[in-house]
Amino acid sequence: MNASALAPGLLREEALVELENVSVAYNGGGKTVTALAETSIRIAPGDFVALVGPSGCGKSTILKLVTGLIRASSGFVFVSGREVGAEPMRVGMAFQNPTLLPWLTIRDNVMLPLKIVPPFRGEFRAKRNTEFRDRADALLSQVGLAGFGERFPWQLSGGMLQRASLCRALVHDPQLLMLDEPFGALDQFTREELWAIMQELWMTRKPTVLLVTHDLKEAAFLANRICVMQARPGRIIDDSAAPFARPRTIEMSYTPEFVALTQRLRDLIFAARGAA
Amino acid sequence: MSDSMKRHLASAALIIGFFLAWEAFCWIGHVSSFVLPRPSEIFTTLVKRLPAIMPHALQTLYTTMVGFLLGIVLGVLMGMLVGSSRLAYDVAYPMLIGFSSIPKVAVVPILVLWFSAGTVPAILTALSMCVFPIIVNVATGLATTEPELEDVMRCLRASKLDILWNVGLPRAMPYFFASLKVSITLAFVGSVISETVASNRGIGNLMMIASSSFDVPLMFAGLFVLAFLGVALYAIFSLIEGRVTGWAHRGTDLPMG
Repeated sequence: MNASALAPGLLREEALVELENVSVAYNGGGKTVTALAETSIRIAPGDFVALVGPSGCGKSTILKLVTGLIRASSGFVFVSGREVGAEPMRVGMAFQNPTLLPWLTIRDNVMLPLKIVPPFRGEFRAKRNTEFRDRADALLSQVGLAGFGERFPWQLSGGMLQRASLCRALVHDPQLLMLDEPFGALDQFTREELWAIMQELWMTRKPTVLLVTHDLKEAAFLANRICVMQARPGRIIDDSAAPFARPRTIEMSYTPEFVALTQRLRDLIFAARGAA
Repeated sequence: MSDSMKRHLASAALIIGFFLAWEAFCWIGHVSSFVLPRPSEIFTTLVKRLPAIMPHALQTLYTTMVGFLLGIVLGVLMGMLVGSSRLAYDVAYPMLIGFSSIPKVAVVPILVLWFSAGTVPAILTALSMCVFPIIVNVATGLATTEPELEDVMRCLRASKLDILWNVGLPRAMPYFFASLKVSITLAFVGSVISETVASNRGIGNLMMIASSSFDVPLMFAGLFVLAFLGVALYAIFSLIEGRVTGWAHRGTDLPMG
């Protein structure tokens, strides 16, 4: 437990992602709204970190900061020791909506990052029907979508689309994988199925993952480290480990240790809401 | 028999029925062919005088197509410019509406003054008629692209051009094709207007000549030719549209559970 969330014992040089006293404010209706107050966090390469908290606490803001979609009002965001945007880093991102392009087949959707991101983009024309195609198909079969490559997004169910969206986020071997509530819109059974798939993807490929969720069970099931955030102003109030053995199973989520962890996270969030 | 087959048959039956009713109306009411010729009469005129009509039809087709193709190029470029940002869209829209609401007939005399009568004013009138729906539709398609789709590209650090090429333009395609179907018929209107006012060739000119000699069946034959050309081009673009933007018209296929 370390409220500053600097990851105990992790040196700046070792961190893949570091936020140093970052705050984000924007103008809303004439007055300044603080989306994120002075926040610091370090994330080690290969780690799986979850950000949990009520809506409006700035969880997604942190993701957008790290991907460079928005800029910090003050403070610094470092990625691999450089300020964000200074050096192209491969980032994969999956959102709450699958956001697949409706005019492309599932396979072409999955291959989209290869078309855009260097060094793949230079080879895209040459390899789109050979190596890259196999790469996309391998990922699709790993998430249980073998044989669906030729289909179009509207022919698939929500859970299947979200799996394809995970494939798209991973196809270019990103150093950093950002997940913005990717399972939030799914039903309970599909969600648990996708947790297992996500865990397997992480264990086989070892990207650094930053997961934003409001599902405490999801955070405890998937992540190594869970940061609890509070709203208005958004900031990190707790940082704890989820030290369960892998691969984790749904059954494990009923063990006393697991339940105790989610219970504690819940209490923290409720206490923060009461205080605010 | 499939459902779409039935619908096609019904459409054909409606068209044939329309001509039969027309024929019957003229026959029963003893309508003079100076007022309203019978369809059978028009068809015989059309066949008999085809060698005379053909050059006019080709001229009209030529000016229409050139005007239309120029309209597509200009319309897509302008549409991309106007649709590139919310700001450009809001700023440019009032002026576009202003331009598009000018009756194009009023522009023809000016065009004739600049380029003299004939092919050029016809092409330009066709262009000016058909370009606005294309601009507005392409711009709307681009401006209404879901921000989430752009976010996907932006977090891959895609350039503006990448986003336009991979998300914006494909996203605008259904809008673009919808506008083409409107535009191609408008381009015909433009050409024919210009030919009627100032040209010595084209279906519009043919109609004027036929009118001055009270050759009513020939006038109607001219109308038939225009209708045929319009329908044919509309059909061609519908076909291309179905191929390119099938993803946007996926009505009957149910998603899998």
